[in-house]
Amino acid sequence: MIVNGQSAEIQPGETVASVFERLGLSLAARGVAVAVDGEVVPRAAWPSFTLDADSHVEVLTAMQGG
Amino acid sequence: MTDPTSAAPPIAAAHNGTGPIEDALRIAGRKFQSRLLLGTGGFPSLELLAEAIAHSGSQLVTVALRRIDPAARGSLVDVLSAAGVELLPNTAGCFTARDAVLTAKLAREAFQTDWVKLEVIGDEDTLLPDAPELLRAAEELVDDGFVVLPYTTDDPILARRLVDIGCAAVMPLGSPIGSGMGIRNPYNISLIREAVRVPVVLDAGIGTASDAALAMELGCDAVMAASAIARAQDPVRMASAMRHAVQAGRLARTAGRIPRRLYATASTPDEGLPDFS
Repeated sequence: MIVNGQSAEIQPGETVASVFERLGLSLAARGVAVAVDGEVVPRAAWPSFTLDADSHVEVLTAMQGG
Repeated sequence: MTDPTSAAPPIAAAHNGTGPIEDALRIAGRKFQSRLLLGTGGFPSLELLAEAIAHSGSQLVTVALRRIDPAARGSLVDVLSAAGVELLPNTAGCFTARDAVLTAKLAREAFQTDWVKLEVIGDEDTLLPDAPELLRAAEELVDDGFVVLPYTTDDPILARRLVDIGCAAVMPLGSPIGSGMGIRNPYNISLIREAVRVPVVLDAGIGTASDAALAMELGCDAVMAASAIARAQDPVRMASAMRHAVQAGRLARTAGRIPRRLYATASTPDEGLPDFS
């Protein structure tokens, strides 16, 4: 799978929540959103949303911008 | 044609020349005392950003959505939350309606706001809006319940099309983003003011305080500044300058300026003029 542009080995039962663990991010982090394969994954679905080897995951947050 | 949004505001009865004049900006039913929107991009540090926000008086500030950096120190969201300002997510960096719509939906998820500053850019050299993609994205987002504030060219017809679709405001550019070239076509900004009945927010191109004052004098309801403040030699001082410029321009607009004349009109009466012959 690809997480924020980097390829990553997928583990059995990998979910959006487990990707947060890999990145050292808290699931409670404010101002964070996730897209998988170009679709929004709502926060409530992060623990249950399973990923596969072709998944393209983007984990985004607020950055300074005009 | 007189636009109701440019009519003189009521001056509070208790106004003594030092207190605030009740003249709030209203966008989609929300009231803002400040008519200056601040972009958060380009500030060298979050500390400086926080100080600039305080001096700008801004209540609505834009943020972008980018890949998270787990090693990043300091949270922009926390800084903005502590500043007590509303977040206005943008779709900066999007070149297609599809990407802009997805970014807006992600921002809604991240920040629990359905407001979006919609940017769909045509090319990297000019960063000018791509009109057909902008209209497509605006339509889709309005249909999905978003409060859409589109960054648009200074084209009155495009502005009207965006408002027809249901955009809550229009944000025409004065000149290209970050160029500091000011308002290159004041005439078109005036035409946009006449053409639409939603707030007009002058966005992009502001270089210094007089540009912001001019925007307001032309009838804009608010000004958005980012680079002009963030990249000034003293961003905090420029934030303060912009705040005053926007207030001065608004007051001048609503006060009603004198007409321009080719020849002088004496301000001192001739009556009682002595004859020294």
